[in-house]
Amino acid sequence: MAKGNEKKHRKSVSYAKWAYIFITPFFITYILFTLIPQFLTVYNSFFENYRNGLEQVGPNFVGLGNYIRLLTPDKSGTIDFLRYLGNSLAMWIAGAVPQFLIALLLAVLFTSTRLNLKGQGLAKTIIYMPNLIMASAFSMLVFSLFSNVGPVNKFLIEAGILKEYYNFFATKISVRTIIAAMNFIMWFGNTTIVLMAGIMGIDQSLFESANLDGADSVHVFFDITLPLLMPILSYALITSMIGGIQMFDVPQVISNGKGTPNMTSTTAIMMLNNYLGISKNYGMSGALSVLLFIITGILGMFVYRSLAKQYKD
Amino acid sequence: MNNTNKKARISLIISRILAYGFVIFLCFMCLFCFILLILMASKSNSQMQGAFNFRWGGHFMENLSNAWNDFSINIPVGMVNSFIVAMSSSLLTTYFSALTAYGVHVYNFKLKNFIFTFIMAIMMIPSQVSAVGFIQLAYKFGLTNKLWLLIIPSIAAPVVFFYMKQYLESVLPLEMVEAARIDGSNEFRIFNEIVLPIMKPAVAVQMIFSFVSSWNNFFMPALLLTKEKYKTVPIMIANLRSADYSKFDQGKVFMFILLAILPVMVVYTILSKSIIKGVTSGSVKG
Repeated sequence: MAKGNEKKHRKSVSYAKWAYIFITPFFITYILFTLIPQFLTVYNSFFENYRNGLEQVGPNFVGLGNYIRLLTPDKSGTIDFLRYLGNSLAMWIAGAVPQFLIALLLAVLFTSTRLNLKGQGLAKTIIYMPNLIMASAFSMLVFSLFSNVGPVNKFLIEAGILKEYYNFFATKISVRTIIAAMNFIMWFGNTTIVLMAGIMGIDQSLFESANLDGADSVHVFFDITLPLLMPILSYALITSMIGGIQMFDVPQVISNGKGTPNMTSTTAIMMLNNYLGISKNYGMSGALSVLLFIITGILGMFVYRSLAKQYKD
Repeated sequence: MNNTNKKARISLIISRILAYGFVIFLCFMCLFCFILLILMASKSNSQMQGAFNFRWGGHFMENLSNAWNDFSINIPVGMVNSFIVAMSSSLLTTYFSALTAYGVHVYNFKLKNFIFTFIMAIMMIPSQVSAVGFIQLAYKFGLTNKLWLLIIPSIAAPVVFFYMKQYLESVLPLEMVEAARIDGSNEFRIFNEIVLPIMKPAVAVQMIFSFVSSWNNFFMPALLLTKEKYKTVPIMIANLRSADYSKFDQGKVFMFILLAILPVMVVYTILSKSIIKGVTSGSVKG
């Protein structure tokens, strides 16, 4: 009996060995290429470490110096980091409002048994497509279409709407509108599909009994669909917002990395990219990354909680 | 009674017309940019100097050969580099995520719960947190302009792991593994020959997503690949913007953009159904 137990024991040990063999590549890769770099990012944020031309400055320990520098107003009284973060958020909000409203409406229309719309597969295929387009190529396309010599200006002049070409990339409002519109086009299809899955996950008998009670579709939406969709809706909102804070490709290519006009389309990640460019400023970029990480985490929790509370009451 | 019925039918018809109109409008908006792209890629530079029209330019093949043989932007090299990186990372990420998920799912071992919780926790950390340290190490060890540096990290993809784990929980009966053991298969063969084929749908979906996100990836490659012959497509496209734009042959510019998005478009048209199914698993990264 004891022998049998021992055998059994040995057998399970030999299987556990396989588990460790199977998960080892994942963990070695994770430690080498993610965990150590993450640690280094945080470590760097406490050091002055950059290149000034050919001269290397640091690394010198400066404590919270980099964080203080990031959050201290410059001569004109602005804090660049917060300004760029504000740019990201402004452009995110301008795109996210139509994105979520239209996605919600589409998701309700597609799942409505009363309307029973045909051709949904094709429609979903088309509206999801912009999400897979290379963001830098899409930006280059939009830039070419709206440039001074591009077809949009040509068309508007031909049609007599404009007298001479309009430089879409020279005013704050038009640059931001273009970037927000691109984000909207790229993401509303994705949000629609996610929200549709959420609506289809709701117990169908709720809708049926609401229909029997004679509730109209507006009431059904606000009293059943929306509250029950809240967990997925807030998940989609949070991930979208985190994506907004990480906005980079589109404004980088549209403004050629310069945030034109006058840094109003520079985002926080473009600032990070500039620090990591020629100056290789690991200290400031480290501090910036850590701040972004903290902000992302806090905002994520905040949005989730407020939405959850609102619909519990 | 008859009257209200009629009213209800009319209101249904009106709502349907409005709904279809709305959906068609949105689809048209999504397609319009790309129709315009193909149209512009068919026009010669001189045609574009003139007034704009929606006519086919007839210089598509000419633009294609000009773009393909361009001296300053070597798009064929970029596409090969992008393909190497995207294909290898998608293979590695799906195979090793499936393997790790299988290891955590099937076996009982001491650290099982800890490891699962750990991977779930690191899933939340945005990838940019590691970027600074990653770039620093790459420059320190002289690993810039190495394509493998963009490929190997994809072995550890927490999000793909999570998807694979979910999938295994729903499809893999543990009895099947036991039966294979009795037949005398070793654990590696069980995974490769029995489990992996069962996971095919999940592997396919994740491969596509990983390929697309790698093909489109811009931030890290742009900081790591500085030599022309190692650049990937997104870097080349962004370079178009920073070059003196007005001097460029516009037909060529549109053709470059078309070439950059074409591979993903082709894959998408063939596999759109399974891609859209995969979206709901929350697997697409922005």
